[in-house]
Amino acid sequence: QVNDAESTVSVEFTPTIPHCSMATLIGLSIKVKLLRSLPERFKLDVHITPGTHASEHAVNKQLADKERVAAALENSHLLEVVNQCLSARS
Amino acid sequence: GVKDGRWTVLQLVEALGFSLENTDPRTRGRGIQLLSQVLLQCYSLLQEKEVLHLVLFYESRLQDNHLVIPSVLQGLRALSMCEVLSPGLAVSVLKAIFQEVHVQSLLQLDRHTVYSIITNFMSTREEELKGLGANFTFGFIQVMDGEKDPRNLLVAFQIVHDLIAKDYALGPFVEELFEVTSCYFPVDFTPPPNDPHGIQREDLILSLRAVLASTTQFAEFLLPLLIEKLDSELQSAKLDSLQTLTACCAIYGQKELQEFLPSLWSSLRREVFQTASEKIETECLAALRALSACLSRSVLTSDSEDLLDSFLSSILQDCRHHLCEPDMKLVWPSAKLLQAAAAASLRTYHRITHSVLPLLLEQYTKHTQSSQRRTILEMLLGFLELQQKWGHVEEDESTLLSLQAPVCSVVFSALLDPSVQLQLVGIKALTVLGSLQGFLSSSDLELVVDHLIRLALHEDSQSSEAAMEAAGSLAPTYPKVFSGHMVPRLEEELQSEREESHHNHHSFQQRCLQALAAVSTHTSIVRETVPILLQHLQKVQEGTEARNTQDMISVCQSLHRVALQCQQDAEGCWYFHQTVVPHLLAMAVQAAMPESTHTLPGKALLEEEVLAAMIPVISAATTHLSPELAAQSVSHVVPLFLDGDVSFLPQNSFPCSFQPFGDGECLEAQRRLVALLMAFVCSLPRDVAIPQQEWLLRELLALSCSCNCPFTATTAAKCFAGLVNKHPAGQQLDEILQLAVNRMEPSLAEGPHRTQALTLLLWVTKALVLRYHPLSSCLTDKLLGLLGDTELGPATADGFSLLMAESPDVLHKGCHADVRIMFRQRFFTDNVPKLVQGFHGAGPDVKANYLKGLSHVLNHLPKPVLVTELPTLLSLLLEALSCSDRVVQLSTLSCLHPLLLEAPQIMSLHVDTLVTKFLNLTSSPTMAVRIAALRCAHALTSLPTTVLLPYKGRVIRALAKPLDDKKRLVRKEAVAARGEWFLLGSPGR
Repeated sequence: QVNDAESTVSVEFTPTIPHCSMATLIGLSIKVKLLRSLPERFKLDVHITPGTHASEHAVNKQLADKERVAAALENSHLLEVVNQCLSARS
Repeated sequence: GVKDGRWTVLQLVEALGFSLENTDPRTRGRGIQLLSQVLLQCYSLLQEKEVLHLVLFYESRLQDNHLVIPSVLQGLRALSMCEVLSPGLAVSVLKAIFQEVHVQSLLQLDRHTVYSIITNFMSTREEELKGLGANFTFGFIQVMDGEKDPRNLLVAFQIVHDLIAKDYALGPFVEELFEVTSCYFPVDFTPPPNDPHGIQREDLILSLRAVLASTTQFAEFLLPLLIEKLDSELQSAKLDSLQTLTACCAIYGQKELQEFLPSLWSSLRREVFQTASEKIETECLAALRALSACLSRSVLTSDSEDLLDSFLSSILQDCRHHLCEPDMKLVWPSAKLLQAAAAASLRTYHRITHSVLPLLLEQYTKHTQSSQRRTILEMLLGFLELQQKWGHVEEDESTLLSLQAPVCSVVFSALLDPSVQLQLVGIKALTVLGSLQGFLSSSDLELVVDHLIRLALHEDSQSSEAAMEAAGSLAPTYPKVFSGHMVPRLEEELQSEREESHHNHHSFQQRCLQALAAVSTHTSIVRETVPILLQHLQKVQEGTEARNTQDMISVCQSLHRVALQCQQDAEGCWYFHQTVVPHLLAMAVQAAMPESTHTLPGKALLEEEVLAAMIPVISAATTHLSPELAAQSVSHVVPLFLDGDVSFLPQNSFPCSFQPFGDGECLEAQRRLVALLMAFVCSLPRDVAIPQQEWLLRELLALSCSCNCPFTATTAAKCFAGLVNKHPAGQQLDEILQLAVNRMEPSLAEGPHRTQALTLLLWVTKALVLRYHPLSSCLTDKLLGLLGDTELGPATADGFSLLMAESPDVLHKGCHADVRIMFRQRFFTDNVPKLVQGFHGAGPDVKANYLKGLSHVLNHLPKPVLVTELPTLLSLLLEALSCSDRVVQLSTLSCLHPLLLEAPQIMSLHVDTLVTKFLNLTSSPTMAVRIAALRCAHALTSLPTTVLLPYKGRVIRALAKPLDDKKRLVRKEAVAARGEWFLLGSPGR
């Protein structure tokens, strides 16, 4: 859902199974891709479709926390994985 | 001395006596070396007796010290090339070598000598060597056992191949021979860099394969080896095994394969089901096909069971059930395996289709989702296409024929399905069915035609296009049905006035026109459709509706399509030409009459777009005419324009005369028809003489220089250029060109017709540049001079794109123009230095013109040439980026883009300038420039990362702005570029 006037973007994603261990990584990748591709004025909100993941709240909290996202991207190993997710075309 | 016969060899041996018998092996070696060198030079002069002695001498020397051996072998090689070698000697030499020399302890060169001796003997003394029996084979096996050098291996493989091919006795040594060669399989060899011998891995693979696949005697050893390698992990080993297997199947029979069929099949099946590599899959299918073909070729003896039958049964058993699950992963691999087996021979085809086709038909009715149905139909289509390969349907055996009704009903139901994808497959299947002679009954055919009409006029452009294409490809097979059913129906639909909304009706009519053109693939149909199209054109012209310009253009496009389709067929082409060209000319002349009754609507035909649409029709109708017919036609058309001779036109009673080259205000409309003249005369084959060409050229020249209407003047100039390009060289041509130059110069200098003169100059220059005429350089210099003109400069700069680009209607290969290859490169090398020089000398207000001209030239140059030439022009191009003209910016960016990708090393020297300029241009007011700049910024990431890293932060910040661009296409490029810059230098790229 994009609201251009209010400069907000909200993305809902559904993990494959309720126990999907990659949910955090998927959310992080979506978030990073959007951060890189959208003008700065947009406020991002990436969260799991309600009721589709076991630890929905924990993951949502992690994704919403700006500092945790920034810290995750400082971690070179995690950054590598995210970058791999984002350059899969080649 | 020995060479000219003054000395005999015997004398030489005597003279060398001392060193030959010396006790020091080194001195002995040198003596023998000298003797061998002499022999190598003059072996053809030796007498039989001399040879005998020398051979005996050398044989005895083989037992000598190892230092001597290389020279001895050289000598023997010389002797082995002697024609006078007496019988028995070859055998004794070889025996001696096999006995005395341990070949593999020699150096590579000396081993090579041994192989050459053997090869020489094999080519000249085949009979004698065969007398040796299996001993020869055994000896050779010992010689080559353990060989490592690829150069020697190539020779050795050749020898083994000859051994087998020429039927030498292998005796009990088959397995040894196999071992000694197969140990190299699969070949794993990477030529060292800077290898002077140029032996590639592929050479070794092929020569080894030739050996392994040369005899059935190897089968029992080779097949297990192949299976083993096929089961290995190595991709290259798998590929090589499969290809070798395919090669073997060409000579193997049932007997050899029998034992290994089950394991071969299971390996092949596993590979096709599991592999991720397309190449391996293709090779597997090829191997399976070869296997089945091999099995079906073998003649059956009454007592043995039919291996083919059991083999196919196992294939069917393993694959059949997968076909029932169209959603699963294994459907397509199974279908491909079955199709590969079915493609092997007519017998396998019957056997497999007998089992599979009913199954597929049943599955089709069982599944109702259109995606599943599509998969099933696609598989069915695959099998139908195979049937096409076997050609005619045989009445008694074919399973397909017995299934005719259900197959037809399945295909027809697919055509009625709302899913476009399914319709498309259905149309393809229909095309295949139609191409099977005698498969469709006449009532089915009518049904087919009905379906095609419905689909061709369908809303969806994809299926409509596919249906038209299918109609086009089936029409030549069933011309009667199509001309009897489809054409009248389409005509009816075309004329029907529907009560639909305006727009719908319009697009419906367009589809009718397209369909009419599409089915015109057979002469008899062309004869029916062309009159309909012409009639419709006439009707539109007489009509009063506002959008008839568009309609006329559609008719012309359809006519063009028909013309292209009947170009290859001489009769159809002549019919088309004879009917359409006079008709179009007549309509145009009629419309151009000054006091024609229907003043306003008639003029629609004379609009530039309509005339431009007629040009390709006439051109396409003319290019493929035979010279005689073209000459006949040209004798009508040219007098029409020069003398106003209208006698050959249909309805030739015009109220007043036709004088396109005459003076007078009211003739403006008639002059425009020069476009049609151009389409005709410029498309004629080069050897057709044009009557009164001088006169015509003069008139065209006058018209192009003096006419006020830009359209007419340009066409006249193009027509003139087209004729000049084909004019044979000589005095006449020079005179005409001189006349043109004289005419142009004053009007270029001043006066109301400067633009026209420039146009003429451009076209004439193009005509001459294309044929490398000497005058062309003089004319291009004139153009270069005009770049400095404040008034004409910009137009001249644009003209450079005209010079370099392919022109759609005249002066291209299709209309027989004289076009030399590489004319662009030549133009580039001749003129770019002058352009650069002109740029540096020019005033600030005209500098842009030079840059623009330059970028046009560069833009049309083939990319490989561009990449090699550009570094010298780079600084100029960078300067061009700061030029404010957007055309210059755009073409410069498009020049730089490939360069960034292909020559990153050179570009990285200028990275600072490039980054700055690109980022500035991303905020250009023109969308196309923004997009191109962002693309270049994206392409920058292919430069070495170390060079770019200092700019990373700056670029990422600057690229944030175009992310918010108001145009979607710009945002898209910005996202791509920014994402790539983010990844630069980060881990995990």
